[in-house]
Amino acid sequence: MNTLLEINNVTYTYHTKNGETTAIENLKFNVKDKEFVSIVGPSGCGKTTILSIISGLISPTRGQTLLNGKKIEKPCDNIGYMLQKDQLFPWRTIEKNVFLPLEIKKVKDENAKNYGRELLIKYGLKDFLKSYPDELSGGMRQRVALIRTLVSKPDLLLLDEPFSALDSKTRLSVSNDVYKIIRAENKTAILVTHDISEAISMSDRVIVLTERPSKVKNEHVISLSGSSPINKRENPEFSKWFEILYKELDANEK
Amino acid sequence: MKNNNYSIEHALFIKKQKRETLIVNAFRLGVFFAIFFLWELLVNIGVLDGFITSYPSKIAITVYELFKSGELLTHIGITLYETLLGFFISVSLGYITALILWWSERLRRVFEPYIVVLNSLPKIALGPVIIVWFGSGEKAIIAMAVLISVIVCVLSMLGAFLETDKDKILLLKSMGASKFTIMTKLVIPGSKEAFVNMLKIALGMAWIGSIMGEYLVSKAGLGYLIVYGSQVFKLDLVMASTVVLLLLSGAMYYLVTLLEKLLIKNKKYG
Repeated sequence: MNTLLEINNVTYTYHTKNGETTAIENLKFNVKDKEFVSIVGPSGCGKTTILSIISGLISPTRGQTLLNGKKIEKPCDNIGYMLQKDQLFPWRTIEKNVFLPLEIKKVKDENAKNYGRELLIKYGLKDFLKSYPDELSGGMRQRVALIRTLVSKPDLLLLDEPFSALDSKTRLSVSNDVYKIIRAENKTAILVTHDISEAISMSDRVIVLTERPSKVKNEHVISLSGSSPINKRENPEFSKWFEILYKELDANEK
Repeated sequence: MKNNNYSIEHALFIKKQKRETLIVNAFRLGVFFAIFFLWELLVNIGVLDGFITSYPSKIAITVYELFKSGELLTHIGITLYETLLGFFISVSLGYITALILWWSERLRRVFEPYIVVLNSLPKIALGPVIIVWFGSGEKAIIAMAVLISVIVCVLSMLGAFLETDKDKILLLKSMGASKFTIMTKLVIPGSKEAFVNMLKIALGMAWIGSIMGEYLVSKAGLGYLIVYGSQVFKLDLVMASTVVLLLLSGAMYYLVTLLEKLLIKNKKYG
């Protein structure tokens, strides 16, 4: 498999009136095409900062990020960003929310819109095309948010704790849905989370970060059999992985 | 989820609600008539001096006479014209200024103290200056209305613009949106409710401005009638003009609430 994303010795320092903080230091990892990678780390270790850098929203202080061998300098079409809350616009219908990235990128093509509609229909939102976000459940809204990310056909999806705003039961089923959609649409994804079981059950590889300034502490290739995150959770190996990662993160906290 | 087979309990609940609304409406009307009846009665039996307080039947006759002579409509027309023009100028000026200040943080920081000071200044103190600058006519009155309402428009809209969800801005940026796109797709549609609220406040302020303006300088208008009436001790005229003013401002406020329904009809909040 080809390497899609390269993070080369990235350092990021942010400045406030009261001083400067190095959030990330010499961070280095790669993501292969069609891979699902999770990044876990202690809270406040700069996970969101990493996604902001990859998405091109902020530039690293040192080092560089390459997507398909090209340097990422500003937000581009090849990357889709999904945030903690669904961030659907309440005054837009579901359909119009999904078309938002197309409007921003001034895509006039009807095919692109039809693709968005197809995705909505395919993933069980057929009856809600003309509804408003507040008529949908939290899980459905998050599905719409994912489809909004997919509609511009990005190569790489960045998921910033996309399930943290949901209650625990919905959380399981939504992470299951999101996983299935990402697999079915053949996408590469980076998931940032503080939930170890979420990371194990969803990803091919888990990257563990150190405390701030964060760098890669360890990487684990997870090969759990099972067709979905919920299935994988039932695998006996799951608890083994959980223990390993839990200990690694726990050592961090001290 | 319409369900036409309501339970008996639900029918009872609806009935109770309707009854409650009916009672409230009945009391509203009751209070209205009670005040007027008492007013009329107290003047009639000599407790109140009708010359100083006027009384409902006299007020009604005065309004009718003013209407018949054609004077009433002229005065209403002039005051409405001043108020509406002042209102539209301050709303557009305020909205655009707020957008500019949202756009540029530097400008915002530069002008912040000026806006704060202007906001706390009792604008009516500038009345004499305005008369000198704009003359003693409609222009001065419209300027007064604008002066009183524009700052509030700027402040309330700017507040709403700045409250735009940071994560939504981040989302649009990650899609590659320019600042202008963020403004048109998010900041402006996201502040619709604040816009309607601003219209309501600005309308009230414009009324204050135009009537105060008419108190200071004018030869016509409802504010003029009120001042004139008090100067020649025709309290009937004062009361009649006040009642007309009350009805007019109420009607205009109602128009704004209609606009609110029109603007926010497809936006539902849970």
